[in-house]
Amino acid sequence: MHIMEGFLPAKHALAWSVVSAPFVAYGIYSIKKRIAEHPEQRMLLGVATAFTFVLSALKLPSVTGSCSHPTGTGFGALLFGPAAMAPVGMIVLLFQALLLAHGGLTTLGANIFSMAIVGPFAAYGIFRMAQKIRLSFKLSVFFAAALGDLLTYVTTSLQLALAFPDPVGGFAASFAKFASIFALTQIPLAASEGFLTVLVFNALARYNARELQAMNLPVEQEVKA
Amino acid sequence: MKRYQNFLLVAAVILLAAIPLVLVKRPPVGPDAKEVEIFKGADDEAKDLIGRISPDYKPWFKPIMEPPSGEVGSLLFALQAALGAGFIGYYLGSSVTRTRLQKEQSGPRC
Repeated sequence: MHIMEGFLPAKHALAWSVVSAPFVAYGIYSIKKRIAEHPEQRMLLGVATAFTFVLSALKLPSVTGSCSHPTGTGFGALLFGPAAMAPVGMIVLLFQALLLAHGGLTTLGANIFSMAIVGPFAAYGIFRMAQKIRLSFKLSVFFAAALGDLLTYVTTSLQLALAFPDPVGGFAASFAKFASIFALTQIPLAASEGFLTVLVFNALARYNARELQAMNLPVEQEVKA
Repeated sequence: MKRYQNFLLVAAVILLAAIPLVLVKRPPVGPDAKEVEIFKGADDEAKDLIGRISPDYKPWFKPIMEPPSGEVGSLLFALQAALGAGFIGYYLGSSVTRTRLQKEQSGPRC
């Protein structure tokens, strides 16, 4: 989902940066507030960041014959709220843009928007909805993480289609082309992200149940079940 | 079931990554006698698609620093994964130990 350095026209690059900036600012504020109220959650914030580091480094092959990577942002969004993931995602994207020439500074705003804003907010919303229709905690986590991951890549496709509409078919044709690269490739990877997120929650539910309860996550019923 | 669940989750992830390696076949060599690349990065393919949709588009900014070779690039990716995995491992390890010590303390003494 990384749009490469220089591959968004300057106007688009600027616009996405302007859109993403307030999310990052509010995210930093929300993290500061949370850590001031619950200093003991600092380590878990580190775990959420670390999870994003690992998953976005895993370039996995997909059935479409190309490789892509999960994002790992759904996990943190469920723990700390979706806003907190904007600055966390930015750290990961900066690391990759500066050291790996993967993504870039001019496209940072657009990449933050897809991976660190749309992904986490989608994951959070889907989790809430899944809980409302009484899916089990684990299924809710799975759908939240997997669909958040997938929607990140749909967003990247939208961003590229907006910047590069097809000369014949316009925006829609271009979106179909970019989505066939990003979103299709991502489907099995999104499932992988869902599985890995449930795996981490299983470990936390077993050894850190108290911490999860402090974050209003309904683990207890699961442990009893 | 519960005991095997984590094992099944890991197995599913490994399978999802391994199946494409078997299923996707390298297309036959084209007329230009070049091997067709498979399992390229989706980011790269998107870059190629931009080139096809707007052939005139010139990227207007270059990465400040690029890994000098694929090897150095994979070093940095491995570093990224190692940092993350190391931290998660440390946290889970200390949580496991804490839970065990609490159990030992609160358990019946002989």
